[in-house]
Amino acid sequence: MRALAWHGKHDVRVDTVDDPEILNPRDAIIKVTSTAICGSDLHLYDGYIPTMQSGDILGHEFMGEVVEVGASSTLKKGQRVVVPFTIACGSCYHCGKHQYSGCENGLPADNQDIAQELYGHPMSGLFGYSHMTGGYAGGQAEYVRVPFSDVGPIVIPDGVDDDKVLFLSDILPTGWMAAENAQIEPGDTVAVWGCGPVGLFAVQSAFLMGAERVIAIDHFPHRLELAKKFGAETINFEETATYEALMLMTGGIGPDAVIDSVGLEAHGFFVDNVIDQIKASTFLGTDRPHSIRQAIIACRKGGRVSMPAVYGGFVDKFPLGAFMQKGLTLKTGQTHVQHYLPGLLNAIMEDKIDTTFLISHRLDLEQAPDGYRMFHDNQNEVTKVVLKPGLGFAA
Amino acid sequence: MADTAEDDAPLATSKESGAAADFTSSLIDGKGHAITARAVTINKPAAELYAYWRDFANLPSFMDNVVSITPLGGDRTHWIVKAPGGKTVEWDARVTEERSGELIAWTSEPGADVENSGRIEFRDAGARGTVVTATIAYDPPGGAVGKLIAKMFQREPAIQARRDLRRFKQLMETGEIATSSRTIAQLQEERA
Repeated sequence: MRALAWHGKHDVRVDTVDDPEILNPRDAIIKVTSTAICGSDLHLYDGYIPTMQSGDILGHEFMGEVVEVGASSTLKKGQRVVVPFTIACGSCYHCGKHQYSGCENGLPADNQDIAQELYGHPMSGLFGYSHMTGGYAGGQAEYVRVPFSDVGPIVIPDGVDDDKVLFLSDILPTGWMAAENAQIEPGDTVAVWGCGPVGLFAVQSAFLMGAERVIAIDHFPHRLELAKKFGAETINFEETATYEALMLMTGGIGPDAVIDSVGLEAHGFFVDNVIDQIKASTFLGTDRPHSIRQAIIACRKGGRVSMPAVYGGFVDKFPLGAFMQKGLTLKTGQTHVQHYLPGLLNAIMEDKIDTTFLISHRLDLEQAPDGYRMFHDNQNEVTKVVLKPGLGFAA
Repeated sequence: MADTAEDDAPLATSKESGAAADFTSSLIDGKGHAITARAVTINKPAAELYAYWRDFANLPSFMDNVVSITPLGGDRTHWIVKAPGGKTVEWDARVTEERSGELIAWTSEPGADVENSGRIEFRDAGARGTVVTATIAYDPPGGAVGKLIAKMFQREPAIQARRDLRRFKQLMETGEIATSSRTIAQLQEERA
């Protein structure tokens, strides 16, 4: 089959590799019909994520048709499914509590060592996201082996376009959980840093959960426009002093809840960010967390901090004093995708949530390296690249 | 018995040098000068886990470095285990103590390539299932240098015990052992 493989920083290629096979009873093989490039794939592309190996197949947002099933899979050949990016067993204590991204059995035993050392505990497996998260081959390929297929994938009714449901795999539930973690109360003002896909879905979700106002912060005009379309007020941090603007817009109180959906590659020329960049490049620090610092400083006293953004390592200059003195609450974590799928599929079917607005580019899988370059170089206009194996080059 | 434990923490986490001796003296015919322990909570009843473990022929299904376990009759078994550099080490083991659904203790017989002894305990944990704790005392092959070499080849007993217990949990809870291999050929290479 053809698959998009990582070969190093800014070096991804479509290679021919062996097709996946059923290895365990609960496996299924999916023939991919749509797969997206995620903002977090750019962290791999930029070489920020350790434990990558040359030849690793990327991609954790994908859907397709079931073409083969193991003896214990509950899926049937021919079904269309969206696959969660988190690989969770459904049988352990954490899965029982619907904390799927904390699944204890999703990672191969040997791969659990790294997270155990770094985080104290191993996490669930992830598709196409380094060997620390299992070394599983990802979905930017023609076929994927999906473990625990009786638990993760959700079956999509006939007649519903791929484009409407593809983002159930990651970014829609991630944006939804981000808003849920902000514990929004009616009348709240919520500030969202980063208007990438997760931020934009968080904006929509926050309104659905009863937020009165959402203030979206970014520096890409096109992305701010999209946020505005959903009813958010916007701040372009390149043109505006963000903290001062937030204080004026909230009568000095600050947002009741803040959501950091930027994460470890925060852009922009702030002194702390530049220092972070130097430290990251010299391995003195691994994460560049300007947005979370700003969010904590702006958040109202007793407010809530939600952090869907991906961080992998350590930070310094975390405003621990502000966090303590203001009595803030922080909720975060990789998304418990499986928990949110049925409800969010319903919301899509009932047209309560729109996801298709996000797709700016549809490319053939063979054009995936171009997709990465475009997404990396032009985040203003390239909001989401969807790869479709067999689409052809005309698109 | 030198009593090194002054708190309630498990012996294997002690920083005192006498901890291994304290542990082996709590066993029948205990032996081995290095100690390692690992606990894992498994979402299954203790009786079921104990029964699977006590059938020693099952152990190679999740103990990756065990080549074979052959019954010798009575409470004795012969173990062949992978060692660094493509070699194997062997010993006879004898069950020294067992309480159904609760614990199994063993010790190696004279002439073992790697002297070892230990105890595996199954403790009911209510709604969370069962806490399975393995405590193993052993003589690192070739002393400190041998331990370093074994670690480089990922066959250090502490590393193996940790990974074996994870695989045991996976097999018991999910009915299979997680792998990120993509093809049968890759899986065979991984398990070789």
